Amino acid sequence: MLEKDARNTPLPLGFATPEPANDPALSLFRVLRDDDTADPAKDPVLSDATLQSLFEHMLRVRLLDERMMMRQRQGKVGFYGAVTGQEACPVATGFATKKTDWIFPALRENAIMLVRGFPLSTWLAQVYGNSGDVLKGRQMPSHMSARSVNQVSWSSCLGPQLPQAVGAAWAAKKRGDDMVAVAFSGDGATSEPDFHTAMNFAAVMNAPCVLICQNNHWAISVPSSKQTASKTFAIKARAYGMPGIRVDGNDVLALYAVIHDAVERARRGEGPTFIEAVTYRIGAHSSSDDPSVYRSDEEVELWRGRDPIARMDRYLTKRGLMTRAQRVSLEERIKAEILRAIREVETLPPPPRDSLFDDVYGTRPWHLEEQRAELARHEPVAPHD
Amino acid sequence: MRSIRYREAVREALLEEMDRDEAVFLMGEEVGHYQGAYKVSEGLLAQFGEKRVIDTPIAEAGFAGIGIGAAMTGLRPVIEFMTWNFSFVAFDQIISNAAKIYQMSGGKITVPIVFRGPNGAAKQVGAQHSHAVSPFYVSIPGIWVAIPSTPRDAKGLLKTAIRDDNPVVFLEGETLYNVKGDVPETDDDELIPFGKARIAREGDGCTIVAWGSPYYTALEAAEELAKDGIECEVVDPRTLRPLDIETIVESVKKTNRCVIVHEHWPYGGPGAEIADQVQRRAFDYLDAPIERVASLDLPMPYATNLETLVLPTVPRVVEAVRKATYAR
Repeated sequence: MLEKDARNTPLPLGFATPEPANDPALSLFRVLRDDDTADPAKDPVLSDATLQSLFEHMLRVRLLDERMMMRQRQGKVGFYGAVTGQEACPVATGFATKKTDWIFPALRENAIMLVRGFPLSTWLAQVYGNSGDVLKGRQMPSHMSARSVNQVSWSSCLGPQLPQAVGAAWAAKKRGDDMVAVAFSGDGATSEPDFHTAMNFAAVMNAPCVLICQNNHWAISVPSSKQTASKTFAIKARAYGMPGIRVDGNDVLALYAVIHDAVERARRGEGPTFIEAVTYRIGAHSSSDDPSVYRSDEEVELWRGRDPIARMDRYLTKRGLMTRAQRVSLEERIKAEILRAIREVETLPPPPRDSLFDDVYGTRPWHLEEQRAELARHEPVAPHD
Repeated sequence: MRSIRYREAVREALLEEMDRDEAVFLMGEEVGHYQGAYKVSEGLLAQFGEKRVIDTPIAEAGFAGIGIGAAMTGLRPVIEFMTWNFSFVAFDQIISNAAKIYQMSGGKITVPIVFRGPNGAAKQVGAQHSHAVSPFYVSIPGIWVAIPSTPRDAKGLLKTAIRDDNPVVFLEGETLYNVKGDVPETDDDELIPFGKARIAREGDGCTIVAWGSPYYTALEAAEELAKDGIECEVVDPRTLRPLDIETIVESVKKTNRCVIVHEHWPYGGPGAEIADQVQRRAFDYLDAPIERVASLDLPMPYATNLETLVLPTVPRVVEAVRKATYAR
């Protein structure tokens, strides 16, 4: 094996501000300060219940990922993409948008569906691709989507969701609908043509959308410093003619404030915003990846110290909104809820065989009917079919 | 001869050609520091350095174009797509540019480039990650399409591809990387010519034409059928463009029957092309309609019980041969 990649030292970007500037595309918007208090000048001032709920949702995502990575290692699940370290952005987005707004996610925003009230067991059934899955076992795990909560699936190939989101937003404007589209990418996908197309069209069409880049510093093994020569990702917005804002992606309050502002600005017809959420992928890219070959433990440890859940935990505790006992019982309750959902889902049978031929077209054409009949002739039918 | 894996065979071809010719370089996502998403380029960065093993930002259209430009001006790029599914973003570069520049420049500018990577369905990777891309690329004049089934073919064909002055689409089987097989010693420098099919199994009962992953399905079906006295001749075209139609037709003239097995969808593509050519060139020799066993005509599902039904299976190949030999 090669020496640890020399490209990675010094540590990439991190929370360092590239320039002491008031420029929102170059500085870092934060609400939660190092002493675990909220900056009163920037605090979105949310109700106690909302603050507690933000925390609960982030914790649920963390515990879900831990459990599902375990199920993946036990061979119960084929693939899983955990979001560990990046829980704040999807959860904040869930709170900062209306349920009528559309979400065009990348890999690490599936949890927005849960914040929007999508049932946990049905969400989990997607990971198993079984008969409880609303996608009928068609999509890879961690590619959730549901029409019922206006969230589409991300694309396995990076970037297509970005121009699609702009198109959806533009269409809403044409229809006179007050819907806003929120789309996500990672730092890696900003190199794809679709990213640049989306940024340009969004600004030219003044489309009511928000494009969020979760800069987690690593595109599998490629560091963000090898992805772009720009000082920040947010600064890219300037060339396209829209505001770019760089925000602490591990600060759920800062994320809420910035995303909510951008979404409402879009809704008022004032145009798109590009947001760079500076965060870190604590775990592997996916269950198929081993990050120890390309990055140092020190770097991971540094970012563990900026854990979005721990920061919110300390903030709530300091404000007297959560006691240790409440914290412990919350975790126990969520764990039990997850185990119950998994038990319920794992007993479900696989999707029925004839469903293979559905949804290729609205009505099944003759040639698929012929294939179905042919298949029935030479492949024995399993009991669950 | 020694037995090595398909993955190692591809790697050896890269290594030997990079060693032989300084103009050859490898570029793509994760090819260097990560040693390749499928570990095909293991050790190449250490041996050849960052000048010749180049990690790129995630932009397939970008590095396909970078490679074409480098090829036009004297280098010999090998461009890796992490999987061929991602090549669709680079379609315009490959189809409207790599394939056309030689002809459009009046034969003055060559584009000696190889686009390579894993092709076809793996296990449970769903609709967007399971494409068998040969039909898209095989229909384009100006590019060759190689699709090796065995480690030996993978190595010998890749070496030929790198030395060829035409753009080559080189389709490795995603599920074949661990397949072991005999490969000549490294100092043999074996080059396998394009447009030369290989007869993998001799027989006079029925010709089976198969390539890529379903090649192994076809061989397994042939063994099954042999138990009933039907000896199949399995022909692997190895390159789909140029296509060695002569070897296929000669085989059909001997067996009088033809079954084509492929992973790509049934509508069009090399399977249909071979059927068309065989019926015209060997019409008087055919005793039965040509049969084709393809993937079902639908996007790949994720659920494993459904996925296994989509790809060509041994029972489906057996049934097709029985139909062609009226042995049902």
